[in-house]
Amino acid sequence: MKKVLLGNEAVVQGTLDAGVDFVSGYPGCPSAEIGDEFGRIARESGVYAEWSVNEKVGLEAAIGASFSGLKTLVNMKSFGINVCSDSLFPLAYTGTKAPMVIFVGDDPSCHSSAQSEQDSRGYAYLSKIPVLDPSSPQECYDFTKLGFEISEKFKVPVILRSTTRVAHQRAPVEFEGLNRKSASPKLGNFVKNPHQFCTMPPRVMEMKEELLEKLKKISAYAEKSKINKIDGGKISSPVGIIATGISYLYAKEAMEMMGLDLPILKLGFFCPLPEKLIGSFIKGKKKILVAEELDPYLEKEIKRISKDANPKTEIFGKNVLPEIGELDVEKVVLALAKLTGKKAPAFKKLSAGVAIPRRTARLCEGCPYWNILPTIKKVAPEGTIFGGDIGCNMIAGLAPHNIQDYLFSMGASMGISHGVSKATKQKIISIIGDGTFFHSGIPGLINAVYNKSNPLIVVLDNRITAMTGHQPNPGMGKTLMGDVVEELKIEEIARACGVKNIKVLDPVTAPELETAIKEFLPKEEVSIIICKRICALLERRLKREKENG
Amino acid sequence: MDKNFNIIVTGVGGQGIITLVSILDSACLIEGYDIKSSELHGLSQRGGSVIIHARFGKKINSPLVPKGKADLIIGLESMEALRDADFANSKTIFLVNKLSMPFAGHLPENEVLESLKKIAGKNLHLVEASKICQEELQKEVLSGVYLLGYAVYKNLIPLKAGSVLRAIKELVPEKYLDMNIKAFNLAKTS
Repeated sequence: MKKVLLGNEAVVQGTLDAGVDFVSGYPGCPSAEIGDEFGRIARESGVYAEWSVNEKVGLEAAIGASFSGLKTLVNMKSFGINVCSDSLFPLAYTGTKAPMVIFVGDDPSCHSSAQSEQDSRGYAYLSKIPVLDPSSPQECYDFTKLGFEISEKFKVPVILRSTTRVAHQRAPVEFEGLNRKSASPKLGNFVKNPHQFCTMPPRVMEMKEELLEKLKKISAYAEKSKINKIDGGKISSPVGIIATGISYLYAKEAMEMMGLDLPILKLGFFCPLPEKLIGSFIKGKKKILVAEELDPYLEKEIKRISKDANPKTEIFGKNVLPEIGELDVEKVVLALAKLTGKKAPAFKKLSAGVAIPRRTARLCEGCPYWNILPTIKKVAPEGTIFGGDIGCNMIAGLAPHNIQDYLFSMGASMGISHGVSKATKQKIISIIGDGTFFHSGIPGLINAVYNKSNPLIVVLDNRITAMTGHQPNPGMGKTLMGDVVEELKIEEIARACGVKNIKVLDPVTAPELETAIKEFLPKEEVSIIICKRICALLERRLKREKENG
Repeated sequence: MDKNFNIIVTGVGGQGIITLVSILDSACLIEGYDIKSSELHGLSQRGGSVIIHARFGKKINSPLVPKGKADLIIGLESMEALRDADFANSKTIFLVNKLSMPFAGHLPENEVLESLKKIAGKNLHLVEASKICQEELQKEVLSGVYLLGYAVYKNLIPLKAGSVLRAIKELVPEKYLDMNIKAFNLAKTS
């Protein structure tokens, strides 16, 4: 079958064709389409799919399922792998029982990411888990299936690392499209095996040895794998390119524009690297361009390999390509011009002739936050510190609101606001959304109560995880597969965490919010105001659906 | 067609640009072209600028249109079309919706249109797509599909109307199908 698919849709198709049973994860950009699509098709395809409360829990759910014999996919954005890393590392030691692929979507240039411009390939070093790096939707499909095969063969999880320009790239994809319509969900069976599943010392040290042994075998496998390939160009050419991920496509295009035909070693494996293949590619070369986005991981490895293979080879990488921001064809053209001495073709382009002001993200029309943020701004005394968190509420930091004094990672506002509160006598209003509260806000809330600080926490509860495309969360009484479950009430959780000053209100009645802020801000303990009002986009959509039956 | 065709579609989050590009991609596949496109989701969609790259031809490598190499820029909002002028060269066709979605600091509409006329000259097609779709179909969000129809029927893009209509039928849910086909065909007669 051949169809135009988004990179992430190709991952879903590859996962289905690999015979997945269990899908978990947490939505983010550029990965959310994977879980969303499973939400639509899981039931009819005999798959179980969930949005977990965060990536750590999502990975752990998949570990439990794998140990019970189910084929699993975990999906998350770049920062998700930080969240789940605590369980990721021991998973490398225990290995999997049934195969597992972990999808991680990086976002070079931070198109939709606060926090940092993370290159998640680095986790290969920390976890010793194989990492595959696709460049196109076709490779997203092929590498997903291959990831499951590798996981099955070597009993390790496999990380499929994508980037925005791969995950959100559309192109024709050839795929099997196995008919799973009649498939019924597979029931697993947990067979006790503490020898494999418990990392208690001294056994943990043996496990490390087992992992290193597996990696040696996977290295031998990678040497022969078709996803590491030399293409184009005369292999005898003194200049060559080693590329990975989307950079491979830019390098091909750049050569086409420049009329160059250099050999490219395209690496589908980032970990383990096919070192012999790389060594033999380098051997006859005077110059090598390493085309990779973000961190110079590959470049460092290749410099190391070239010391043995051909110490005279000059390795070019971050000295001709930027380490910050995504690459593109123009950047690779300039790098190749430096390497080959060939003139870079001119990019004759028009100019707008005037400076165009930046159109930043803003709250949607009718968003209940329009009633909350201006009220907070109006009521807060001068000098109030504003804590910010991840989600639609990040827009608090932009004009016309401009009430955000720090923004870090999911749930971080809780901990940082506590720290500021303990360190100073200043007033703090700390803003967080409902999804982020469930994801990782709760331990920070407990800590603030336990260690006696007094931020005023305002939860912007819009009844859904909105920013990433309206995914259900534990506060709204619905799961990814549409099951109706009990709504977890943030006020009840706060009460159970020991918060005494709690107010739940509908922000559209603004005077109430004003009074609540004035009442709570002078308090000596943690206070929480929960502004509960459905996301305007969701409200409109539900209304439309109701009208259309 | 002996060289690849490069398109930039630009506008503001929420204007239905992703649907537009899926239709475009499928139409290209129907005609037997290789196709690649690149889009952005997430934060950039919350009322921010959206830019989509789409390229088709015999063999496409990069999903991104290099600067200065666009054959066609479809702007669903006029200032956004101007913003992406550096993807254009002196031959690039600008197909622009005469629509201004202002925000604090937005350039005045007449200044935007003057600049567009200055840089694109006779290659500028300024069309009141949103207004026409609102009047004819009571759905402004169809302006993208209308512009795609305009591009096809005025030969600004080397695709056949039949292929695009087939793609629309494949991709658009049944209850919105009729209005999408109407929007696409509106430019046929104008």
